[in-house]
Amino acid sequence: MLAALIILPLLGAVITWLIPSDRLRPFALSAFACGHLGITLRLLIATPPPSAGGWFNLDALGKIVLLSTSVLFFFCAIYSIGYLAYRLERSNRILCTGLLICLSAASMVTITHHLGLLWVALETTTISMTPLIYFNRNARSIEATWKYLLICSVGVALALIGLYFLAYSTIVARVEPSLLLDDLIRDAGKLSSGWVHAAFVFLLVGFGSKMGLAPLHTWKPDAYGESPGLVGAMLAGGLVNLAFLSLLRVYQLCLATREITFFQNALVVMGLISMLFAAIFMARQADFKRMLAYSSVEHVGIMAVALGLGGKAIFGALFHILANGLTKGVLFLSSGNIHRSYNSKSTDQVRGALRRLPWSGGLFLAGFIAITGSPPFAPFISEFTVVSSAFIQGRAVVGALFLVSLGIIFIGMALTVLPMVMGEAPANSETTSYRDTIWTVGPPLCLLLLVFLLGVWIPEPLMTLLRDGAALLEAHP
Amino acid sequence: MITLADQFLVLVLLINFVALGTSRLIFSIRAVAVQGVILGILPALIHPFSWHLVGIIAMILITKGVVIPLLLNRAVRTAEIKREVEPFLGYVATLLLGAVFTALSFGFAGKLPMLPEHQNYMFVPASMATLMTGFLILTTRRKAISQVLGYLVLENGIFIFGLLLAEAMPIMVEAGALLDLLVGTFVMGIVINHISREFSSLDTSRLTSLKEE
Repeated sequence: MLAALIILPLLGAVITWLIPSDRLRPFALSAFACGHLGITLRLLIATPPPSAGGWFNLDALGKIVLLSTSVLFFFCAIYSIGYLAYRLERSNRILCTGLLICLSAASMVTITHHLGLLWVALETTTISMTPLIYFNRNARSIEATWKYLLICSVGVALALIGLYFLAYSTIVARVEPSLLLDDLIRDAGKLSSGWVHAAFVFLLVGFGSKMGLAPLHTWKPDAYGESPGLVGAMLAGGLVNLAFLSLLRVYQLCLATREITFFQNALVVMGLISMLFAAIFMARQADFKRMLAYSSVEHVGIMAVALGLGGKAIFGALFHILANGLTKGVLFLSSGNIHRSYNSKSTDQVRGALRRLPWSGGLFLAGFIAITGSPPFAPFISEFTVVSSAFIQGRAVVGALFLVSLGIIFIGMALTVLPMVMGEAPANSETTSYRDTIWTVGPPLCLLLLVFLLGVWIPEPLMTLLRDGAALLEAHP
Repeated sequence: MITLADQFLVLVLLINFVALGTSRLIFSIRAVAVQGVILGILPALIHPFSWHLVGIIAMILITKGVVIPLLLNRAVRTAEIKREVEPFLGYVATLLLGAVFTALSFGFAGKLPMLPEHQNYMFVPASMATLMTGFLILTTRRKAISQVLGYLVLENGIFIFGLLLAEAMPIMVEAGALLDLLVGTFVMGIVINHISREFSSLDTSRLTSLKEE
């Protein structure tokens, strides 16, 4: 079953590549996304035991990320049927194939316990997304692609040297050399501390730049701004969570060594810096897709702070994987519709979206309300958990900075979003043939309903999953 | 054999300085290719013979020695650029910084505990110095080609460290990691060709339309 999770999307990639028609390809993409979601749900119910040797082990953390990625991918694939029908001016062969390769590598990241294999899969997701950012084939998108490729590749390369240090620390300690998470955790006490410390620094920087934590986030606004809404949703809701999962693996290892305080403090500092950066650049942003990118910087910051605080906040971090991933889907997909209709991303041009596109405009507005942490949506629960946990732990400064950034971001984002959806369209604004249809509105609407549902009621199995995940990230004295 | 390996590492360090100090792109492409070939030979000197080793060596020699240099050369020719002009930081400054980083790498390596059998060799300092050189080239040069060369040098640095681990890392992962880095470089080569078509130059400082005001 675990193998099917990897092989099915790869098979899909081959088949979509072979399909000659641009109209049929998105249907194949959706069919494979549906199959992947089916396998994911089955695996969540009946989890297979760890594979021999411990290379593949779908634990609670992997399950949470797998679930959010698979659900998001499913709705993005359905959306692509409607969206790509408006983009028939160029072939979508690379887009569909790249997405499926990325899904396969993403599944690999979630099920493996071998850090080397995890690295390989993570780097594969980076590379497979590169041509997708260049979908629009213009000067701006090549610039974004270049920045994304270079910064992420260098970042992930630094993570690799971190892994090498980790492997060498096992050799120096004369324990059985291995990069299996479970072996490393077992032998953590004996590992050579100098190498382990250096390894954690490199791993934090490496995975941090892939995740887009400030000050390593500079590729994010460009890549998210220039790629199609569909790809933006997968980048902001999918790839970010994979990088976060990699950090969680490092965190698990840190818990077993004596380095955890250092790592936690570094996470809190980087997280708060990310949130402040986002707050500064969010205000008066003239391009609404770039604004969403800064919102993504903010939310990886929230996850990092939550992880750094530890204790109850861990639950918030894990829940935020789902909440942020799905809400980002709503925002990017509806913003893609708005972009299609106005043929512009500039907030000077895009006004009165609610009147022109009642559904997409409404979804964008609702997505904004959800992502800024207003009840009754899911991000409220995770953000509230983090803040309350910060104050309970007596870290009032962290809690206060967290709240202040959230406040500034809310105001900054509102100043951009409200004129976009309310107000009057300028007389000279372009009109295109785009109209809201069930295919382009349905998927973000379903995602929004999920975000709403999770905000008012967390089903019992999911609650158990989140608790199990949090238990893996708590210190065992 | 190990002393021979050490001498090869000295050569690698020297090539770092060549790559830092030259402005002719064709010349730096060749220098980095030579560095790649030297690194391809190194595993043969320190590990016993096996077919898996032969496979990896062949893969390294072909990609680093032939495919990537050809790809970059073609990009240079189509864009008709010969030199790196006005780097963000001058050549003398980068050379000096390179020397400082190399010295720091030796200091860093001295601080960390090593296995007795690795104690006297320069794998760790050579790896860190090469890594830092790559980083320096990446951050100070304007041309996309130079940045790819920087990434290649950085990757070479990682590779040197990987030599210490040949026994610890299973073949699959080692080959996978190597392949991913190479595919990354390959994709960069393709993107470069798109840049030169779009801007009819490879100057990344022209890629500024996405700057924040």
